[in-house]
Amino acid sequence: MAVVAVPQRRSWPRRPTTTTGFVSWLTTVDHKRIGILYGVTAFVFMLIGGIEALLIRLALARPTTPDAALLDADTYNQIFTMHGVTMVFLVVMPLGAAFFNYMTPLLIGARDVAFPRLNAFSYWVFLLGGLFIYSGFLLGGAPDGGWFGYASLSSLSEGPGMTFYAIGLQIAGLASLVASVNFIVTIINMRAPGMSLMRMPVFVWMTLVVNFLLLFSLPILAIGLFQLTFDRIWLTNFFNPTMGGDPILWQHLFWLFGHPEVYVLILPAMGIVSEVLPVFSRKPLFGYAAVVFAGAAIGFIGFGVWAHHMFATGLGAIANTAFGISTMIIAVPTGIKIFNWLGTMWKGALRLTTPMLFSIGFVMMFVIGGLSGVTHAVVPADYQQTDTYYIVAHFHYVLFGGAIFGLFSGIYYWWPKFTGRMFNERLGKLHFWLMIIGFNMTFGPMHILGLQGMPRRQYFFSPGQGWDFWNLVSSIGAFIIAVSILVFMVNAVRSLAKGKAAEADPWDARTLEWTIPSPPPAHNFDEVPTVHARDELWHRKYAEDTEGRPAPVVAGAQDHHQEEHGGGHGIHLPLPSFWPLFAALGIPLIGYGLMYHWSLIVAGVVTLLTGLYGWMLEPLE
Amino acid sequence: MAAEPHTAEHLPTATGLDNRKLAMWTFLGSECLFFGALISTFLLYRKNVPEGEIIPSEIYDIPYTSVSSFVLLMSSLTMVLALAAIQRGDHRQLRIWLVCTAALGMVFISGQVFEFTEFIEHGFTIRSSVAGSAFFLLTGFHGAHVTVGILMLLTLAMLSSTGRLTQEHTLRVEMIGLYWHFVDIVWIVIFTLVYLIP
Repeated sequence: MAVVAVPQRRSWPRRPTTTTGFVSWLTTVDHKRIGILYGVTAFVFMLIGGIEALLIRLALARPTTPDAALLDADTYNQIFTMHGVTMVFLVVMPLGAAFFNYMTPLLIGARDVAFPRLNAFSYWVFLLGGLFIYSGFLLGGAPDGGWFGYASLSSLSEGPGMTFYAIGLQIAGLASLVASVNFIVTIINMRAPGMSLMRMPVFVWMTLVVNFLLLFSLPILAIGLFQLTFDRIWLTNFFNPTMGGDPILWQHLFWLFGHPEVYVLILPAMGIVSEVLPVFSRKPLFGYAAVVFAGAAIGFIGFGVWAHHMFATGLGAIANTAFGISTMIIAVPTGIKIFNWLGTMWKGALRLTTPMLFSIGFVMMFVIGGLSGVTHAVVPADYQQTDTYYIVAHFHYVLFGGAIFGLFSGIYYWWPKFTGRMFNERLGKLHFWLMIIGFNMTFGPMHILGLQGMPRRQYFFSPGQGWDFWNLVSSIGAFIIAVSILVFMVNAVRSLAKGKAAEADPWDARTLEWTIPSPPPAHNFDEVPTVHARDELWHRKYAEDTEGRPAPVVAGAQDHHQEEHGGGHGIHLPLPSFWPLFAALGIPLIGYGLMYHWSLIVAGVVTLLTGLYGWMLEPLE
Repeated sequence: MAAEPHTAEHLPTATGLDNRKLAMWTFLGSECLFFGALISTFLLYRKNVPEGEIIPSEIYDIPYTSVSSFVLLMSSLTMVLALAAIQRGDHRQLRIWLVCTAALGMVFISGQVFEFTEFIEHGFTIRSSVAGSAFFLLTGFHGAHVTVGILMLLTLAMLSSTGRLTQEHTLRVEMIGLYWHFVDIVWIVIFTLVYLIP
């Protein structure tokens, strides 16, 4: 009865095979190249979001009158909304994804992620989602209801902006959801022999926690966004109180996603710092298990604190108290990590390189942001702080002082691995010092302004309220940050053009990615490594002398693998594919169709299905 | 989503579970929250209608929906039979049961389309009240899931009849089966919470 298998047909369409040139970037399924695509895209969005921030700070540099304001109210609403949307969804999240992509397989000793084509699909969907949101600027108005899109600001907002928000975030969310499945499977299933869970580098652990957070929180946001889309396009009333709808429902759905999202933004940076600090302290991470469990605890408790964003909506004393307490509780695992990082540096042989400086900067700034965060857990105090610049100060300390400093630490730390080039240390340090000074000048004063009562989301402020001086300081600080980013760009370009070639292990580091050349070959490892210890590479390089100090092993272990196995010939790698990009193109088409004309929906669905069927049927070899 | 067999077929995995199967379970975990949020919205809004509009529980035809629910549940049985068929190498039976499952799914969807038309004719629409909005969003998204499932089942049947679904692809049938059973289970929850509880 059984049907005889037909041999794989090699006819149309052939899988692309180019590994260089423009087309190869469109068809790549290599996790390292996808990681670079994520990183570069996120950096471009960071420049755009940064320009929006500078516009905000220019508008608020001096007191003025409504008529003389630099940006009118409508423009200002779009700019600050897009600044938030960009930085959260199009910068910090994809920068995290860039590291997940590039580093996770290297850190666990795998040749790629579990589903390489799906990985490419995630990237293209993310990119198209970002472009979709930004296309609002050209098509009648960008989102203008805040990055949190509170109803009814979102559901009843004039102009198409918030429809771009609802559909665009849905698209970007789909990208993250697909990626989260991919990374969870990769980490659980693709570890090299001997890489038990408790030998995994902390960065991989944090990647796992982040992707579980995304997996469980994104569908909730998706429902909120669908309801918003229906409200805006088909005139339902999910969030319209005059028709029985409840705007608070949006806040619940949004923050049920939004608070885990906060940890999605910060945990990758915490993972990076947990890799960088041990290397430049020449000590193992202090309390590895505690750091891992604290990360997992943050993941669980992160789903139980969302209503602290909503104290002022009148949830009632019981709910406010419960969420106040849970918010204080979640500070505990975070505090555990801080002490572990301090313990790692304690009595270590510190090398204050650029990545180390950024990691130390992260710890300091994050402590400030964490402390101001705990003050929000005190409900009466929160009533006073809500919607003031104090909140703006707080979340910039955790998301900029925290996440961005941590991510820059990772960029500098792994730069030699990514590019095969060393960067200039002096420029790197200049970047750090300019950034930390500019950062504190920009956001430090906002604590004071907030406590003095300056409200958020105002396109101007009047003279005579005592806010003039600190606003000016803040605006100057913002431009210092901009200069620091320019320094980084100069450094990056110089390094790529004429930087010193990087060795396999320039930092005398501890983990598997440093056992292979910089940049890594397409197949990563000539031979899949067998892991014997946490900090595998360190233990290959160093034994302990009688007093417990590290003593180099004579035949340093890192290079002979590559020579023995002949450069990885005969290793089977997945071929590039056009289909992920093709399928992804259908999705924004459907989005535009929902807004403009049904024929675009048809075109989008046909494109998507063609892409998926082509993908399924394309030959593997 | 299309399956990606490369690495799965070349390397044993760390847990011994196939990558694709683990991915499907992970994805279904996410789907629980998706339907959870939809069901929560409905439970919040189910009695929230303006004066003179229809409350959902007044308009349900429980015997009718019971029958279509039964049809959907039976499709889980035929899905199991399809998987059993490919596992013992009986590809003709596999195709029969795949098409049966898809057909039962289509009966369910037709029933839903008919139910929607009836409700709308009686004035219970997606705009008549937030209860209506929540009802149609929830059941509509479930229907969309069933439709995607039907498409995948028919694709499997088509692949099988052109000889591209061989014994080594048993896992594909199993994965689509997991999805199909999940969508059925969600319907049991919806039928209980939305239709049966007054």
